[in-house]
Amino acid sequence: MGESNTVREKYVYSVRMVNVDKYFGNVQALSKVNFEVRNNEIVGLIGDNGAGKSTLIKTITGVFPPTSGELYIRDEQITLSHYSVKQAHNWKIETVYQDKSLADKQDLWRNFFVGRQITGPLGFIKVKEEKRIANDVLLNMIGFRGAGISVDSKVAVLSGGERQGVCIGRAMHFDADLIILDEPTVALSLKEVRKVLNFVHKIKDSGRSCIYISHNMADVHEIADRFVVLDRGTIVGNIKKEDISLKDLSTFLLDYAHGLKETKNS
Amino acid sequence: MRVYEEKRSLLVRIEGLPIIGVYCLLILVFIFTSPRVFTGYRIYMSFLQTVPPQLVIALGLTLVITAGEIDLSFPAVVAFSGFLFSYVYRTFGTPWFAFAAALAGGALIGYANGILIARLGVPSIMATLAAQFFWNGLTTLLSQGLSWNIVTIRGQLIHSLFVGRIGGVVPAQAVWTLGIAVLVWFILNRHQFGESIMFIGDNVQVAQVVGINVVKTKISLFTFHGVLSALGGVLLTLEMANFWSTQGSGFLLPVMAAVFIGGTSIAGGYGTIVGTFFGMYIIGSLEAGVVASGIGGYWVRLVSGLVMAFSIILNISFKNKSIGEKWNKMLRSQAEKKRNKA
Ligand SMILES: Nc1ncnc2c1ncn2[C@@H]1O[C@H](COP(=O)(O)OP(=O)(O)OP(=O)(O)O)[C@@H](O)[C@H]1O
Ligand SMILES: [Mg+2]
Repeated sequence: MGESNTVREKYVYSVRMVNVDKYFGNVQALSKVNFEVRNNEIVGLIGDNGAGKSTLIKTITGVFPPTSGELYIRDEQITLSHYSVKQAHNWKIETVYQDKSLADKQDLWRNFFVGRQITGPLGFIKVKEEKRIANDVLLNMIGFRGAGISVDSKVAVLSGGERQGVCIGRAMHFDADLIILDEPTVALSLKEVRKVLNFVHKIKDSGRSCIYISHNMADVHEIADRFVVLDRGTIVGNIKKEDISLKDLSTFLLDYAHGLKETKNS
Repeated sequence: MRVYEEKRSLLVRIEGLPIIGVYCLLILVFIFTSPRVFTGYRIYMSFLQTVPPQLVIALGLTLVITAGEIDLSFPAVVAFSGFLFSYVYRTFGTPWFAFAAALAGGALIGYANGILIARLGVPSIMATLAAQFFWNGLTTLLSQGLSWNIVTIRGQLIHSLFVGRIGGVVPAQAVWTLGIAVLVWFILNRHQFGESIMFIGDNVQVAQVVGINVVKTKISLFTFHGVLSALGGVLLTLEMANFWSTQGSGFLLPVMAAVFIGGTSIAGGYGTIVGTFFGMYIIGSLEAGVVASGIGGYWVRLVSGLVMAFSIILNISFKNKSIGEKWNKMLRSQAEKKRNKA
């Protein structure tokens, strides 16, 4: 990962969404969202529970198409009907999802490579190689100190933090240009949180981009170049880091939530 | 202590071990109760002759159930493919063309199932139940409910190749199905397709998020099972040198029972080919064994039920070892923490 001397391609925006709407039945999860991540920019995406943050990133990663709107990746318009998770992988977009990204009954090494298996000529999986790499990543990148888990363990026996470790290790391994982290630190100990933050710093230093979702303002403020605030499906704030202090950012969010409450009550 | 742990994990790791144990036990019991029949080779050869058509279907069904789906239409595929085979053979006299037509018929039924289930979202139990009625009805209509004798097939290469006797003794279909079992094992455990099947059965949302094409995989899966079921139908028709319009109608329960006593999870996400293989031979041996041991035909079902229940309980208690694994892990990590402190 992270060879900082590779020449990254020339483009202005890693990803850009224009007027994106997303409905789940009658629920409008995203409303006229205009959102972009510049080349080599770290964007902190913040907002209340249910604001639509996870929905926003899932339209970028091809999990589901938006109901309407346009999507550009590296300045190229994407045909939404053909867009998929596989394509997002091909565009070098890597994601750590908040939930539901590991299959419980499957071996850890399978979870690590599923969707991007190392295969021989007929599509048969090279199990030994996959296990060796997964093991390497577990030990060296995320530092599982072998507390009884190995690449052969079932995911069901992992703790919440270990699960996140696997997802982050996966994102680190599949060297991507845009890395999306959806609340990657909730289940982690302080030391592990530091590792994740350092990973994001490294993303910046190696010329890549990142969308970082978190409810921890101190973390977001430390790593992000720009903050985008989402509220009930609408973008209500777009603030550069140099324009706001950590304290002001937190007050902004609180005030915003509070202010909305008042208008709702009156 | 260590050694004990490792031994246990080895026991858990050998696929289908409990069901292999049940099979050996069953044969031992039969040898004990009717030594005359079960120490000779003939009875085993008769198993190797009758079990393969069902086994081939059970192998495919294992994949379907691993994906968290079900297929109830395979008895109709056995009839329909047998019909196609004998119709084409009688009309054109070309056995290989007949063979291709039969497999294509199975593929068509499976593909139609896949479209209904994966594209239109019809639950598989309903879609394949409807398919079972429809294709069975069609077969009866087309064959006018008759049975056709195709005895001339006995002189053809296809007959000796698929259901001949190797060395005059071993039924060739047993060797073919063993080979197919090995192939299906590799597909499930070592191929991208099998991995997709396991992830879909485990958790569809996860499968989608990691980039598995769920719709395409399910359609391929049902098509594959259609082809295997048709192969089962052809093996049956060849062995009997006869097609009858209700052939395969007795397959539904034994084949499903074989998959489940083998240890494949009804909840999806896990399937065992080794388990299904021995499960099918257990089911196939029970009737002959119980009858031969002289306790009377009336007992067959009762004993079968007991053996099934016993196998399933054994499987579950073996699987619960993973709970044991969790415990071990916790204890070990605590021990390590202590060590680190010291
Ligand atoms: N698959 C879905 N089907 C129906 N509704 C959904 C689905 N996914 C999300 N929603 C709804 O869309 C809204 C936004 O959800 P989303 O998960 O994007 O919020 P979030 O900002 O990530 O919240 P959190 O901080 O709690 O993770 C919620 O009201 C949620 O109930
Ligand atoms: Mg979320």
